[in-house]
Amino acid sequence: MSGTPDDPELEGIELDLFVEAMRRRHGYDFGQYAPASLLRRVRQLAKDFGDGAISALTHRLLHEPGLLPELLEGLSVPASDMFRDPSVFRALREQVLPLLASYPQITIWQAGCAHGEEVYSLAILLEEAGLYERSQIFATDLSAKALERAREGIYPLHTAQQWSRNYLAAGGNHSLADYYSARYGLLKLDRRLRRHVTFAQHSLVADAVFCEAQLVLCRNVLIYFCNPLQQRCLALFRDSLVRGGFLCLGLRERPDAAEAAADFAPVDASLRIYRRIDPAAGERRP
Amino acid sequence: MTRPAAIVLGCSAGGPEALKTVLGGLDPRLPQVVLVCCHTGSETVELLCELLARASSLPVIEAAEREPARGGVVQVAPAGYHLLVERDLHFTLSTDPRVNLVRPSIDVLFASAAAAWRDALVGVVLSGANADGAGGLRELRRLGGCAIVQSPDGALASAMPQAAIDRAGADHCVSLDAIAPLLNRLCLP
Repeated sequence: MSGTPDDPELEGIELDLFVEAMRRRHGYDFGQYAPASLLRRVRQLAKDFGDGAISALTHRLLHEPGLLPELLEGLSVPASDMFRDPSVFRALREQVLPLLASYPQITIWQAGCAHGEEVYSLAILLEEAGLYERSQIFATDLSAKALERAREGIYPLHTAQQWSRNYLAAGGNHSLADYYSARYGLLKLDRRLRRHVTFAQHSLVADAVFCEAQLVLCRNVLIYFCNPLQQRCLALFRDSLVRGGFLCLGLRERPDAAEAAADFAPVDASLRIYRRIDPAAGERRP
Repeated sequence: MTRPAAIVLGCSAGGPEALKTVLGGLDPRLPQVVLVCCHTGSETVELLCELLARASSLPVIEAAEREPARGGVVQVAPAGYHLLVERDLHFTLSTDPRVNLVRPSIDVLFASAAAAWRDALVGVVLSGANADGAGGLRELRRLGGCAIVQSPDGALASAMPQAAIDRAGADHCVSLDAIAPLLNRLCLP
């Protein structure tokens, strides 16, 4: 048997068994991931690591522990772009950083950092605002392999043109080229940008609050989660943020139905930038 | 044949013009879910929705994550995100890598819609300059859905409908003007 099973029901069973095997064998629970996109990723892995049958992939998952990092990489947040959605980074630069400047020490958590494109974008914003020396960025991801890539800060050079345009559209003061060197078709970011970044493995499904942050960035990660897990993450972000701290989600995300949304007030709803409020203390969404 | 519960349409170059014709000809009483995936160079589909709404007999809005796929309204895949339909008929968005060099990809929408609606789905491939949609239409037919392809001869860009015919085949290959009447006939009780 290879390729897509004839019957979507059968494939559904195979997906369930894969999720169950991942949870019981390795302790990673994908049961609250949105099934349609999870299925696409698992199908892709089944092709990359076998003949396309999910059940064959499950067999390997059970019997070859060495495969786990590869599988986690394929199941976690996809790569982003530097300054993706420049209007968001412009708003961070113009509206959020000036307020963060009032804190003696700035802690930022980017959850689901993938290959680090947006972490380094943040580092550049902070650098240009003169705030980087008193900033600490925690960049977390489920996948150790993704974190390895993020730490390296090396990307295909063909992305540079688009990223430079994004950087300028986000209000960049210089040229993005000031922050990287190009060689052998690769773009290598200045290692100095990494000096206040801590990369760490963290699971939004299972792990708890680990820092007190003034800004949490988590863009295009919750779109992969079902409602209860989305709710868990928003509660986690709320509990990680100082009162008045900022939350930045992806441009097409809809947190409004989640219970924890009541603890956030929009700063710019269309850009999905919010501030933590405390409804118990009489603070209300405007 | 099962009466369709949903219609999915895919197109790229020449797509907005073709969509205006199709959506303008739909019977406003159609109860079906109508989903559109159209490749545009723009960063949002706001203008596309406005343009289509002016021509369409049904309201046209952008599809939003976690929303149910509703009937009586045309929902358009947002720019930069794959649009997927869950089995429980809610939308999921994804920023997974481009498929066929595009995001949103018609293949991704069609394949997930096919798994959700099976034989109660009609897929329509219109004008376009690449081969996206052919794989999705093939999957849709495999699961019992009905495939309509705009006749490549009259399409502004023929590559997409031609690829769909070559790789998926079609239950109906008709001129642009004939698509809306055909959908009305297939979809109205």
